[in-house]
Amino acid sequence: MAFLDLTNLEKTFGANRVVKDFSLEIAKGEFVSLLGPSGCGKTTVLRMVAGFETPTSGAITIDGQDVTGQRANQRAIGMMFQAYALFPNMTVADNVAFGLKVKGVARPEREARVAEMLDLIGLRELGARFPFQLSGGQQQRVALARALAPSPRVLLLDEPLSALDAKVRVSLRNEIREIQRELGITTIFVTHDQEEAMSISDRIVVMNGGIAEQAGAPFEIYNKPRTRFVANFVGTLNTLPATVEAPEAGQVAVAGQSFTLGRGALTARRGDTVTLALRPEAIRLGRAEGREVVLPATINEVHFLGSVIRVRARVGDGVVALDTFNRPDQPPPPIGSAAEISFAARDVIFLQD
Amino acid sequence: MTRLFAWGALIFGCLFFLLPLVGMTEFSLKMRRGVYSFDAYVRVFEDPTFWATFSYSLTLAAATIVFGVFLVVPTAYWVRLKLPQARPVIEFITLLPLVIPAIVIVFGYIRLYNTSSFLPLTGSAIGTDILLTMGYATLALPYMYRAVDTGLRTIDVATLTEAAQSLGAGWFTILARIILPNVLVAVLSGAFLTLAIVIGEFTMAALLNRPAFGPFMQLLGANRAYEPPALAVIAFAITWACMGLIQLVTRFSKHERAKA
Ligand SMILES: Nc1ncnc2c1ncn2[C@@H]1O[C@H](COP(=O)(O)OP(=O)(O)OP(=O)(O)O)[C@@H](O)[C@H]1O
Ligand SMILES: [Mg+2]
Repeated sequence: MAFLDLTNLEKTFGANRVVKDFSLEIAKGEFVSLLGPSGCGKTTVLRMVAGFETPTSGAITIDGQDVTGQRANQRAIGMMFQAYALFPNMTVADNVAFGLKVKGVARPEREARVAEMLDLIGLRELGARFPFQLSGGQQQRVALARALAPSPRVLLLDEPLSALDAKVRVSLRNEIREIQRELGITTIFVTHDQEEAMSISDRIVVMNGGIAEQAGAPFEIYNKPRTRFVANFVGTLNTLPATVEAPEAGQVAVAGQSFTLGRGALTARRGDTVTLALRPEAIRLGRAEGREVVLPATINEVHFLGSVIRVRARVGDGVVALDTFNRPDQPPPPIGSAAEISFAARDVIFLQD
Repeated sequence: MTRLFAWGALIFGCLFFLLPLVGMTEFSLKMRRGVYSFDAYVRVFEDPTFWATFSYSLTLAAATIVFGVFLVVPTAYWVRLKLPQARPVIEFITLLPLVIPAIVIVFGYIRLYNTSSFLPLTGSAIGTDILLTMGYATLALPYMYRAVDTGLRTIDVATLTEAAQSLGAGWFTILARIILPNVLVAVLSGAFLTLAIVIGEFTMAALLNRPAFGPFMQLLGANRAYEPPALAVIAFAITWACMGLIQLVTRFSKHERAKA
């Protein structure tokens, strides 16, 4: 049995089914992200785990104990909010100490723990300050220390980084992950930023319309998306319409070039149009070794992003985006010029619709 | 031109409010023929009834404030947290005391709690004091509720509550350690307004026949020439001191936050 077990969770607000049959098992010490577009029910799932919402049906167990009916203040769950939510009337140290005071931890022990927590987040000197005297990043770190101080069983983070600016966001997410590893605390992290989710999670659950579409390691989610939604939501995806030529052999044609996909027989019939999906990094500009499919293309757009150049090229009836690395000796291709793109048939992703 | 008009309006306004006060103050100083003196004030301060009624009203004001805080803070908090759709209704209810005259309320009290009723509060002095405190709390309700509600608006009540809950806090801890300290300035300004109301209140205290400051002022006014204006000036000074304290507390707390 998993450490944190969500079984068939359902939540309806009036006639609105917000979370539908949501199940998830999380191992002890695991860092799981809930990823999905706005309104897909991520926060609602998190709030049910925290005890702020009661599931319409389903069960939540932590460490074998059913907590579904327990109140929020009995669950020993740490939570970090998007809006910092530090107590404005208390100093940083008092904020961190709050959970310990409520628990009835004696003063010397409490002070030691607060010092330890402030060290952990690297804000030892700021204990006497008030929240309004801290930057957003510092406030959020204090919120993390406050949530962790009473040694909760589970840590929940609801988009804790989205109010911060880009640089702080990246450094703080790494810090959160480091601290999480160090303490080995089971964590659910909610975000709608796929890069954020992929960079720090052990496992990602992609949600859509209250349903868990796919759960898996970032590598798996990105490279083997099971549905079109997951493929589109996580990373950029190129789709190319192809005509089936020989379904038994897996042979298709794009823009007059035919090639074999090497996946065995296709379920489609000869003459049908199927959709091929490719990640931008799977496509090369020009010919390359090991990329046996070569298609003629016209350069549509060129975006110079620094180390990477993103090119959009017209191929047959579709437009594909592809990434090439910047090379100082090779300027990007001019817009409107003719070019060739190449990819390996084994990199093509098939999606269930 | 518009500037000139604005200044003119301002000066007219000031004169309109200040002249009667100046006249009254001037008159209160004329008890001794031919010279200005504080004789009227000395008379007032030497009157033991002044001190008795004043301290009685002060005590009742304190009781009213305590009762009001315990009634209003949890209510306003709960409404903001759980019943936001009920806010207009609650606001309307808290405004009723401004519409219903105190005399109506007090006659209602006398009818409901007279000596032959199921709860004969008017039968004893302490019972009547309790009744009077409730009446004062009702009169102060519009001010107290508004002050506290405005204070609550400055903090994110829902998120702070959830943060505290996730740290294991129950309702009492949340109210006492997080909500109340954060609306303290608002509560204090509500408290000073309550004090000003209670000190000057006449109708309820007179009809319930309690020895409060308001009826004392009225009694003095009916029987003496120079002391009533002196008393009025004193009453004004008390009210203004309350207003000044509100300012001071607000200023001080900002200062406190900024310097800490
Ligand atoms: N208390 C509530 N009452 C009614 N509807 C609600 C309530 N809370 C959430 N909802 C609805 O449930 C749906 C999911 O909300 P939720 O906050 O879980 O989304 P989310 O995935 O966290 O979105 P976001 O990324 O914008 O935070 C939304 O359509 C929202 O309107
Ligand atoms: Mg959300």
